[in-house]
Amino acid sequence: MNINLKVWRQRNQNSEGRFEEYKVQASPDMSFLEMFDVLNEQLIEDGNDPIAFDHDCREGICGMCSMVINGRPHGPKQGVTTCQLHMRSFSEGDTIVVEPWRANAFPVIKDLSVNRGAFDRIIASGGYVSVNTGNAVDANSILIPKEVADEAFEAATCIGCGACVSACKNASAMLFVGAKVTQLSMLPQGQPERQARVVAMVNQMDAEGFGACTNTGACAAECPKQIPLSVIANLNREYYKAKLNGK
Amino acid sequence: MKLDSKIPQGSVDTKWTQYKSSVSLVNPANKRSLHVIVVGTGLAGASAAATLAEMGYKVSAFCFQDSPRRAHSIAAQGGINAAKNYQNDGDSVYRLFYDTIKGGDYRAREANVHRLAEVSTNIIDQCVAQGVPFAREYGGTLSNRSFGGTQVQRTFYAAGQTGQQLLLGAYSALERQVGLGNVTMYSRHEMVEVVKIDGKARGIIARDLVSGKLERHFGHAVLLCTGGYGNVFYLSTNAMGSNVTAAWKAHRAGALFGNPCFTQIHPTCIPVSGHYQSKLTLMSESLRNDGRIWVPKKKDDNRQPNDIPEDERDYYLERRYPAFGNLVPRDIASRAAKERCDAGYGVGTTKMAVYLDFKYNMINKYGRTEASKRGIQNPSEDVLLELGKEIAKEKYGNLFDMYKQITAEDPYEVPMKIYPAVHYTMGGLWVDYELQTTVPGLYALGEANFSDHGANRLGASALMQGLADGYFIIPYTLGSYLSKEIHTKPISTDHEAFVEAEKKVSDRINQLMGIQGKRTVESYHRELGKIMWDKCGMARNEKGLKEAIDEIRALREDFYKNVRIPGSVDEFNPELDKAGRVADFLELGELMCWDALNRNESCGGHFREEYQTEEGEALRDDENFKNVFAWEYKENNQWELHKEELNYENIKIQQRSYK
Repeated sequence: MNINLKVWRQRNQNSEGRFEEYKVQASPDMSFLEMFDVLNEQLIEDGNDPIAFDHDCREGICGMCSMVINGRPHGPKQGVTTCQLHMRSFSEGDTIVVEPWRANAFPVIKDLSVNRGAFDRIIASGGYVSVNTGNAVDANSILIPKEVADEAFEAATCIGCGACVSACKNASAMLFVGAKVTQLSMLPQGQPERQARVVAMVNQMDAEGFGACTNTGACAAECPKQIPLSVIANLNREYYKAKLNGK
Repeated sequence: MKLDSKIPQGSVDTKWTQYKSSVSLVNPANKRSLHVIVVGTGLAGASAAATLAEMGYKVSAFCFQDSPRRAHSIAAQGGINAAKNYQNDGDSVYRLFYDTIKGGDYRAREANVHRLAEVSTNIIDQCVAQGVPFAREYGGTLSNRSFGGTQVQRTFYAAGQTGQQLLLGAYSALERQVGLGNVTMYSRHEMVEVVKIDGKARGIIARDLVSGKLERHFGHAVLLCTGGYGNVFYLSTNAMGSNVTAAWKAHRAGALFGNPCFTQIHPTCIPVSGHYQSKLTLMSESLRNDGRIWVPKKKDDNRQPNDIPEDERDYYLERRYPAFGNLVPRDIASRAAKERCDAGYGVGTTKMAVYLDFKYNMINKYGRTEASKRGIQNPSEDVLLELGKEIAKEKYGNLFDMYKQITAEDPYEVPMKIYPAVHYTMGGLWVDYELQTTVPGLYALGEANFSDHGANRLGASALMQGLADGYFIIPYTLGSYLSKEIHTKPISTDHEAFVEAEKKVSDRINQLMGIQGKRTVESYHRELGKIMWDKCGMARNEKGLKEAIDEIRALREDFYKNVRIPGSVDEFNPELDKAGRVADFLELGELMCWDALNRNESCGGHFREEYQTEEGEALRDDENFKNVFAWEYKENNQWELHKEELNYENIKIQQRSYK
């Protein structure tokens, strides 16, 4: 299939970017990133600069790939990352516009690669249970109802890709933070630090320059792991509870 | 060179306890002035960095990804083994030890494996304490399932995302230490050289992949937790960035490489679909709990799988290995699939695939249980199937979705098509009992070392080993070395050893950039992969291996004449990063062939066609090869072979049988 691409090119964080157009021959069974591989090989052979983009596991779990495709993070399909998107989701002759995640808190490194270090710093501010290695009791000594474990797991499946931020008109990180806060606030192991955690993480989120949440739900709609919007409600609830307790 | 494995005295079940109570300790005040470098932040690296920092050491951690959370451990699907015996089915530390040694076809060290089995239970406790949401039963206890090569249920899991949940646990522990200022994290950094002073590892040269700048980092010890090298085959289930570079630089700096040819080919992967393919996707071994593998009994049977009646299907694993059936170890399942396809019974357009079929168990196992739970009398097969699908969704939902996404076929309705693919490398840097390489102060953990899985790794054991090494082994064994280093003041990175190492790296990079030939890095990598897969893959023979060595040498020579790397050194340049990695693969590939050529026997995943039983099983030669091959790098891609004899004092060696 013949595909026309308009791709965001930007030399580095400080330079101006622009769209450039490319033509590429794809096959329907190719993944979207394999289509970029083919294009890059062409560009290199022709003596041009290949397009920088982030990717690693190519099975939808590492969270590294990050393309806004026709205005939607990870493209047109629900519940998949860019690497799991296949060309059969497009048609012969399509023009596809590809941009990086756009958010102040995610500065562009080059072309389609951005810096998501802000997410690591949010986790470092409190997204953990403080338990040193060696301190654990027998795993079955704390019983956790299956429903609770399943719901905590659902929140824990966040891959930290940043599609939620990219989808949000305010570049809010509430879905990301809400997912981690929900996971840990549900589990017995997360109780001792429950209130301090949510306050610290929200403070860090604000310090990183992420925007506020206005409940449009774009984040949950675009999340490749389909983290539900309810984690944001939960984040708000946890935050107010902590604040009312003077944290 | 005399290889000293430093295995402690005493009976196998007391060695580790004895070791822990007698190893030298470093007092808390001294720990604060000792600096440890950890390269790689997968399960082994993240757990080691976090734990050492908790103990008080100063830690610098490095990863080439944009965040430590993205290391490829994240993609492990099925589970993690532990000898908890929560299922009351006769499991024990000894059984896990025995299964692992046997699974590895008697080519792993007894003492290491026993220690691994001992600490396996602590790992589960630690992960649960961190808030890792493992699958649970309705009563609130942890759930288990089976994996290949075992007859008990000892695998803990979190749907098909166990690696993700374990890594996020270790990552959160790591980030906690980053937040506390005990770990300095360097993301998008690649280790490109080991710095040695007076024979000891004293630091690394790392390249900042964003700015292209070379950096010097001092450490009293260096831990390589850099994973495996399956990407030497180009197509594998590894992440695109997974590479051998850190381990290879260590090898060239004097660390011996153990059993490089021991590669795990995983039986259940989505088959190759086109020449543009960049990687292969695994379908977890856990699927073999409920999936039955078969091919048509008739050659070139072009009917749809659901149209082929039961008595015209060959469930070849159940037929050949009745005791373990579909849950035979990976090497055996892979070879059996290859045998059927080579014989002309393969399915799909390429005929290089077999079916993995869930229908029987969806109906008979899950459907019937659900029906009786819900009080449905005399349910029809359709009702049972629908009920069974719900349970399958709960157990394997994300895997089924992924399969459908990639192939556009729905595994709830038609059997999956699968074929073996490169997945894991049992070989790696040779380490002693303390996980130290032959370079003092340089350690290798997790998949990067060669130690615990022999010639074949059992499923759900990689996560176990990575976390065992990082959480529970290195924190003790590192003390043995660092307790003697408390008087070593931090060495300035202006030291001539750092200057020389950096120059070596920058010369190497400039050489690569200066070639400006015609061929892309990718094209070399693809060609190398094809040589490796065809001649050093699932089946190997003397003639093919000798050809492969010549072909790799020629390819390497061409690479240094004709490769084209765009862009410049001092910018974000993923093509340059890739070129460095492929250059190292081009050397490693040759060593793997030498290793396979010299090991004149078949064992585990290493199958030399000349050495097989009448039934086509691997034929070991314990008299000559009950040992580890440890290769020492000499100048210009020449190697010297050293051997470490393996002693089996607790397990009687026998022909491995799963029949």
